[in-house]
Amino acid sequence: MERIQIGDVSLEMRTAGEGPPLLFLHGGDYVAQNQGFLDRLARRWQVLIPRHPGFGRSARPDGFRSVHDLAYLYLDLIDRQRLGDVVLVGASFGGWVALELCVRSVERIGRLVLIDTLGVKFGGREEQDIADIYALPTEEVLRRTFFNPAHAAPDYSILDDDDVASIASDRAATALFGWRPYMHDPGLRRWLHRVRVPALVIWGQSDGIVSPDYGERLCRSLHDARFELIREAGHYPQIEQPEAVADAIERFVRAEVER
Amino acid sequence: MKVWHFSEMAYHPAWPEVKDSYRVVIPNRLYDPKIGADLYHRYLDEWALCDELGINIMTNEHHATATCADSVCTIPMAILARETKKVRLLALGMPIGNRNDPIRVAEEYSMLDVISRGRIEMGFVKGVPFEISPANTNPADLTERFWEAHDLILKAMTTHDGPFNWEGTHFHYRSVNVWPRPWQEPHPPVWMPVGSPGSATEAAERGMTIGVLNTGWVRTPPIFEAYRKRAAEAGRLMTPQRLAYMALIGVGNTREEGRRRADQILDYSRTSGIVAPQFMNPPGYASVAQSAQALRTSGAGFRAGRIQSRDGCAIDPRKMTVDDAIDAGLSFAGTPDDVFDQLRAFYDHVGGFGHLLMMGQGGLLSHEETVANLTLFSKVVLPRLEELGV
Repeated sequence: MERIQIGDVSLEMRTAGEGPPLLFLHGGDYVAQNQGFLDRLARRWQVLIPRHPGFGRSARPDGFRSVHDLAYLYLDLIDRQRLGDVVLVGASFGGWVALELCVRSVERIGRLVLIDTLGVKFGGREEQDIADIYALPTEEVLRRTFFNPAHAAPDYSILDDDDVASIASDRAATALFGWRPYMHDPGLRRWLHRVRVPALVIWGQSDGIVSPDYGERLCRSLHDARFELIREAGHYPQIEQPEAVADAIERFVRAEVER
Repeated sequence: MKVWHFSEMAYHPAWPEVKDSYRVVIPNRLYDPKIGADLYHRYLDEWALCDELGINIMTNEHHATATCADSVCTIPMAILARETKKVRLLALGMPIGNRNDPIRVAEEYSMLDVISRGRIEMGFVKGVPFEISPANTNPADLTERFWEAHDLILKAMTTHDGPFNWEGTHFHYRSVNVWPRPWQEPHPPVWMPVGSPGSATEAAERGMTIGVLNTGWVRTPPIFEAYRKRAAEAGRLMTPQRLAYMALIGVGNTREEGRRRADQILDYSRTSGIVAPQFMNPPGYASVAQSAQALRTSGAGFRAGRIQSRDGCAIDPRKMTVDDAIDAGLSFAGTPDDVFDQLRAFYDHVGGFGHLLMMGQGGLLSHEETVANLTLFSKVVLPRLEELGV
């Protein structure tokens, strides 16, 4: 774990593996459960794994409160580390941040991978594009989140105090950034044409938080994107099917290189 | 000591239909406006009676619930501002972190203060966790929003020389200029409900009166003590009038009658906490430690265990008996002597307070019973409160 000072943000970041750079932006929940997936990616890439400010034990400066702040922060990080041709991978909430980053600048981004991403509003005012995880019963949220909740979801009652506190912080920070408008930026859809970088949109076939239909619509909104459905996975396919998702990313990047 | 009569204006006819949540997700097809109108009028009649009895009036508000049909606390206040002539009117209160327009709050309170000729006391509340969903306000910065709204409202009510600018974190106005200005100078007294020593400290720094609800024998003393300590440190005038305690009060000509009334009022405690668990711990509403604890005990919420017996054991509010409630210091019930003795014991235990928030109506307690309860209290218990010396 290292801390990188970017403006008034002391960014918490881990780095794993060697190779070309891959920046992974985590979702709002189940952050620790990404480990297997990230280990797998680290066989091929140098994986940069920041913890968003306000999440876990990472500090959030006063006034740092929007997804736009996160997008600029990671653009600064990429500049600061002098990264180029970055593979940018965002899952769920992290995918939203990745999109906000790309509509601002793709100068140092080589490929974009979006996994069950939030952040864009497609439906009408009475349609809920993104399930309200704060209003649904806990059991239903779990059923919608995972293909196999019993296998994938952690048991909070047996985690140690620090880990549960970290999860509580993740929940609070996700709410801070995404409560209203709920998990999207009303202006983002207008600027998706600016994502001028090859993109892969990966979706869990059983995602009950944001449906595969939403994913396909997001894919069609990007000018150079392909869609890949992951079987036996919900909202976090990289947690439930880490091999399949990592394989898909590798194929995508290789194909782009060969193209 | 000042006494205030409080009722949540419950819409109890829906209660038999409730399955697992009295709040948030309970559909309003369970509300019949014709029955609701009768209930509103009877609750207002009971408050109006208080003007004759010398008992002050307290309203509150909750949203999307059958336990409290008072969804706008200033509406009954507006009716009573004209209908009453003598007693003071307290709204405890306005959820200013959940309302989008603090200037509108300043206008409502100022107008009420003028119509009532200076009888308004204005409460600002952070709101219980299950108020977040009906308002769709961000729970993670509720406290910050609450204090910004508080500062803006007070500035708006005390600025008399034209518009001022406010471009804060949460609220933006370039021309704040509230008409009318309030009757009372510099503004009506400010109250805040408090449930922890930490919140008491924040109120003490600002000289607010705290209303302490449902904290009982065990949790009240540290809250009052934290207030007194911080007020002294901050150089604030400390009087018992800064402290208020709410109790469910059933008084009767016989012990049985008083306890029967308390038992009916206790349906407030038995119902009001029954909420679908996902609304009990909104992310960021409670501290990280409280929220973590709630995650471990999924469904219970961080509010579990708040109702405690005198010896510190958790009481399930859904099954609380009159004996439990008296033991816990939540209810004073029985004959006028019983009520006074229980009140005095509690008063001494917590080191004194200047306001008794009397829940004199709750649950299914009928109009006739409520009138009898309030009348007997005013005639026999109220005159004796001078013995407490405040």
